[in-house]
Amino acid sequence: MNLEGKKVTLHDMSLRDGMHPQRHQLTPEQMVEVATALDAAGVPLIEVTHGDGLGGASVNYGFPAATDEEYLRAVVPKMKNAKISALLIPGIGTVDQLRMAHACGVQTIRVATHCTEADVSEQHIGLGAEMEMDTVGFLMMAHMIGPEELLEQAELMQGYGANCIYVTDSAGYMLPDDVTARVGHLREKLDPDVEVGFHGHHNMHMGIANSLAAIEAGAARIDGSVAGMGAGAGNTPLEVFVAVLHRMGVETGVDMWKLMDVAEEIVYPLMTHKVRADRDSLTLGYAGVYSSFLLHAKRAAEKYGLKSTDILVELGRMKTVGGQEDMIEDVALDMKKAGAAE
Amino acid sequence: MTTKVKAAIIGSGNIGTDLLYKALRSDIIEPIWMVGIDAESEGLKRAQKLGLKTTADGVKGMEPHIVEDKVQIAWDATSAYVHESNNELVKKYGVKMVDLTPAAIGPFCVPPVNLMEMVGRGEQNVNMVTCGGQATIPMVAAVSRVQPVEYAEIIATVSSKSAGPGTRKNIDEFTRTTAKGVEVVGGAERGKAIIIINPAEPPLIMRDTIHCLTKDAPKQKEIIESAERMIAEVQKYVPGYTLKNGPVFDGHRVSFYMEVEGLGDFLPKYAGNLDIMTAAGLRTAELIAEEIQRAEAA
Repeated sequence: MNLEGKKVTLHDMSLRDGMHPQRHQLTPEQMVEVATALDAAGVPLIEVTHGDGLGGASVNYGFPAATDEEYLRAVVPKMKNAKISALLIPGIGTVDQLRMAHACGVQTIRVATHCTEADVSEQHIGLGAEMEMDTVGFLMMAHMIGPEELLEQAELMQGYGANCIYVTDSAGYMLPDDVTARVGHLREKLDPDVEVGFHGHHNMHMGIANSLAAIEAGAARIDGSVAGMGAGAGNTPLEVFVAVLHRMGVETGVDMWKLMDVAEEIVYPLMTHKVRADRDSLTLGYAGVYSSFLLHAKRAAEKYGLKSTDILVELGRMKTVGGQEDMIEDVALDMKKAGAAE
Repeated sequence: MTTKVKAAIIGSGNIGTDLLYKALRSDIIEPIWMVGIDAESEGLKRAQKLGLKTTADGVKGMEPHIVEDKVQIAWDATSAYVHESNNELVKKYGVKMVDLTPAAIGPFCVPPVNLMEMVGRGEQNVNMVTCGGQATIPMVAAVSRVQPVEYAEIIATVSSKSAGPGTRKNIDEFTRTTAKGVEVVGGAERGKAIIIINPAEPPLIMRDTIHCLTKDAPKQKEIIESAERMIAEVQKYVPGYTLKNGPVFDGHRVSFYMEVEGLGDFLPKYAGNLDIMTAAGLRTAELIAEEIQRAEAA
């Protein structure tokens, strides 16, 4: 694979996707520490919000240690070069929260929908574009449909005003050929000035291979997470990915040594959950299940005396999508009843 | 023998058509007009076949006939954007409005919780919150009737096929209006609503999760009894309203896992979200019709 001379924008997820393994308990102080260090290492874009995006604070997803606004007001003013992004999932967050984030100095808004439901994002993408933000459409669980169908949805988001569209492997299910097919098709058919991005999860340890495939197929933005701190087995570990890219001659603008220090000295020590491809995370990837279900399933398994992998496989069979965390306890109760009946 | 109260359905889409099928079975309401904006719409053609008068010119097309046809009740099954102007127009003729859009001009009505409160207040316009609100607010109320609820959160999951373009274009209206209904009608101090659209095939039946956080430790026995009574109330007009799991008591959290299967009148059974809306809309209109009949008899 020859990626020599390509440029890519790296986007760190540790303070948003990384909120999942931290049960949304990162403090504003911890966020400032990590973000400042990432900024100093030259990471250009850093996402900050509840794991489930703006407005994610809930019984369903978990109440965070601080509000979105508190996190953003703490982090944004401390950035020297890095820009801060926020995630918004329509159905969970609203345009009111988008306006709040914008007022806090957020410059990139990423509007996320399930890969087949892009038409719920019109209000939010429209407003982001109207406020002249860097406006990104984020098509989650993109493994569930093929490149043609995915393009239709990407075109909707492009039509609402998004200037970048992501192929999002929320379940960490894709293999490199899956990424190549989807990213390549979007790159070929979308407007040339609309960027394509890729967001991976490391559940099958494909984060790096998939992200390389995405760059080769034309992706200009890649998500990763310092120390891999993200849902499931985490996101593409950013410092490892940067090392690989530098060996391959790809320009990132990131200082690999400093980034390694951020992982080693700041992020690994603050982790409360070991982010790794344990049997549950691997099951997520293998069965195509939304990565943030991980800890919820572990908790339900413990509470109801079940095996978490069984719960996850059942959620995959039911074709659950992102945000359906409420199904986990429901499924666990069903399984317990069925077990008792046997 | 009193005559049935005449009614009009504004909006010839899925909701309007399902409502028509249900209203045709009513003992006290007779739907006589179906208002649309597209002469080619299936909904208008179907209404015509069922013997209704139709217009494709919006409410203005029906306006000249409101008085002579004695239309006294209208349902609006269009969108929040046009509801206000629809309402203004029929209001001039004293027509009572049952609003099925999330416009929420009038007070919220969730029949098993506060329908009876509407009696005698002579409201011209009542709002049916949202489908998610109709499916979940009764359970919030079931808990808040027992003891104070500090926070209630509902998660409504609907099949992709049952989420119409109106809901999709304006999904924030859904979350806002539902959250407000959880507070105002459900009785929670703070409310939150989440909606998930799932494209799985075959389509999943509408599912609703209700989490309440009670101020003091939940009174389990009373809550279970209150919930049973409430579910029985809802089942009077939506027989497929069922508690799948729960209530789960976990500290101060009380959670219900519900499934809502529709009657399958016009819309498929999985679209319980739409069915509970039309059924609640009819039930509310019937109460208004009873009041009209009483006033006329007096």
